Amino acid sequence: MSFLSYLIRGISLGSVYSIIALGYTMVYGIAKMLNFAHGDIIMIGGYVIFTIMSTIGLPPFVAVLVGIVLCTLLGVTIERIAYKPLRSASSLAVLITAIGVSYFLQNFALLIFGADAKSFTSVIKLSPLELAGGKLTISGETLVTIPLCIIIMVFLSVFVKKTKVGRGMIAVSENKEAAILMGVNVNRTIAITFAIGSALAAVASALMFSAYPALSTTSGAMPGIKAFVAAVFGGIGSIPGAMIGGILLGIIEILSRAYISSQLADAIVFLVLILVLLVKPTGILGKKIQEKV
Amino acid sequence: MKMKRMFGLLLVLSLVVASFAACGTKEGGSGGNDKFYIGGMGPLTGDAASYGLHVKWSAEIAVEEINAAGGINGKQIEFRFEDDEHDPEKAVNAYNNLKDWGLQVVMGAVTSGPSVAVAEETKNDNMFMITPSGSAPAVVKYDNAFQVCFSDPNQGSASAKYISDKGLATKVAVIYDSSEVYSSGIYEKFASEAKNSNFEIVAAEAFTADSKSDFAVQLQKAKDSGAELVFLPIYYQQAVLILTQANDMGYKPIFFGCDGLDGILGVENFDTALAEDVMLLTPFAADAQDEKTQNFVAKFKEAHNEVPNQFGADAYDAIYILKEALEAGNVTPDMSTSDITEALKKEITQLNFDGLTGAGMTWKATGEVNKEPKAVIIKDGAYTLFD
Repeated sequence: MSFLSYLIRGISLGSVYSIIALGYTMVYGIAKMLNFAHGDIIMIGGYVIFTIMSTIGLPPFVAVLVGIVLCTLLGVTIERIAYKPLRSASSLAVLITAIGVSYFLQNFALLIFGADAKSFTSVIKLSPLELAGGKLTISGETLVTIPLCIIIMVFLSVFVKKTKVGRGMIAVSENKEAAILMGVNVNRTIAITFAIGSALAAVASALMFSAYPALSTTSGAMPGIKAFVAAVFGGIGSIPGAMIGGILLGIIEILSRAYISSQLADAIVFLVLILVLLVKPTGILGKKIQEKV
Repeated sequence: MKMKRMFGLLLVLSLVVASFAACGTKEGGSGGNDKFYIGGMGPLTGDAASYGLHVKWSAEIAVEEINAAGGINGKQIEFRFEDDEHDPEKAVNAYNNLKDWGLQVVMGAVTSGPSVAVAEETKNDNMFMITPSGSAPAVVKYDNAFQVCFSDPNQGSASAKYISDKGLATKVAVIYDSSEVYSSGIYEKFASEAKNSNFEIVAAEAFTADSKSDFAVQLQKAKDSGAELVFLPIYYQQAVLILTQANDMGYKPIFFGCDGLDGILGVENFDTALAEDVMLLTPFAADAQDEKTQNFVAKFKEAHNEVPNQFGADAYDAIYILKEALEAGNVTPDMSTSDITEALKKEITQLNFDGLTGAGMTWKATGEVNKEPKAVIIKDGAYTLFD
């Protein structure tokens, strides 16, 4: 019974990683850049939702909606100001810019929201599900996160395969120059990718801080890195891969903490990552000739 | 992710280089001073900001009082406090900045990691250092560094003794941060002391800085082991999550912590009902009825609209300890930093200091303080003395 409850906890933690990883993998798949600021957009989203919900006192769904809108704007603005001018620069320059943006956002949030830790009120008002006579409880956050994660994954997969904009994304990811020749507006496509990625970040922040309610200016950084690992684990650029990678990462983390050692849990997670990449360098669902996104 | 860490490190390094480049404008700037230059560093921003801010504000109150009453040996104090974000590298940067400013005595750092880093520097410069709350034993490994707070091992053994003497529980679980020197230091001493007491440690679970949001496993193990008391030698941010998650699980043991839990009631939007009956071992209770405490708490509340925590009280004491030691040694600000350090080192071991955080505090040359701990329990959202 305790195994099942650990497993559920692992899936629940993993689904949070998944939803962050989806944003990472979208941007990487199309713009071919690692947006390290993704975790910090989640943090900003958390503060926006917190401010609207707890300080101003509006209902949670309004807060989440405003959070999504503001994060989308933020993501597009960052892309326009910091990444677009570097479109033809080396990937190292873009990487360093992304790290700079990440630090900028953390310190910017520090100035605006202050240093005190904040306790987030859950946006999900669902009571936990009790199974087996109360021995197994699944929290309301988990009950929402997992289906939502699947819906988003399916929606994104359909979106990139079936819509004109989505096919434009595939074209850009496969060959940017050819896409331009075929009349795809590359700048607009990448901007839309960032908009989607940042909107996902806002959704992720609502779910993550509902499940783990400690909000501080650095609270996006570590989940962001773990989600990045999840995206690599699942095969970066692959949408279903991000989800599978995230959930596996969560399960491995929780189970190794429960059955092997709570001190060694992180070491084990990354050991598994190394082993997987040794056997399958492109990740679980990554293909050799990748059909990215 | 490796990349990110590396670039972070590079950035920090370049900052260090930049701050060194800024040095040399007022090297060893102690000759001919007309004021005592006392400076400190601590987290004013970031995760541990509540500690640093309370230290800064409380020290400022003490400095103001002393200056208003005529200063030390007739000389005024100049006080300056810099942010270190609970980061050892930044603490060293802050220390170097303060040296440029003319620093003669260090009242810092606030947290253990930065204090250890600053201690290395002050040792090289032979500068006297008194930390209000840097509790790791390594902070005072050199003879120029002294603590106002208990050292971690003392907190560990005092906690074990307290739980045992009061018969709070027979089965105890521990959840600690194995990546934090503060937390693992207390845990180790607690575990060894537990062998001589009438309770048993039935579960000892760790977490690290890289995975400090999900505590379900640790709490489940504590619950399954039948622990009646969970010992939390950790900082309050994680304690907030642990209390919330334990409540979700319907697990209600006694939670017992050390001074790191101080500050938990100040977390914005935190439901303090979750912290009801949480106990912590701390030498300071803001509701104590003596005149000194009430005067300090009133001034603090008036200026910052918050109730000071133990870190603040430690800092307030630290400034007065410096005052007494400087007066006892007839130290004047125009002496060289090294001479001031030697005088303070000698005088502090002779002191018998009555402060907010204990009466009859004494110091050994090793730098550790000797005073009595008090247990505080949270009742109706406020710290109350427990006995």
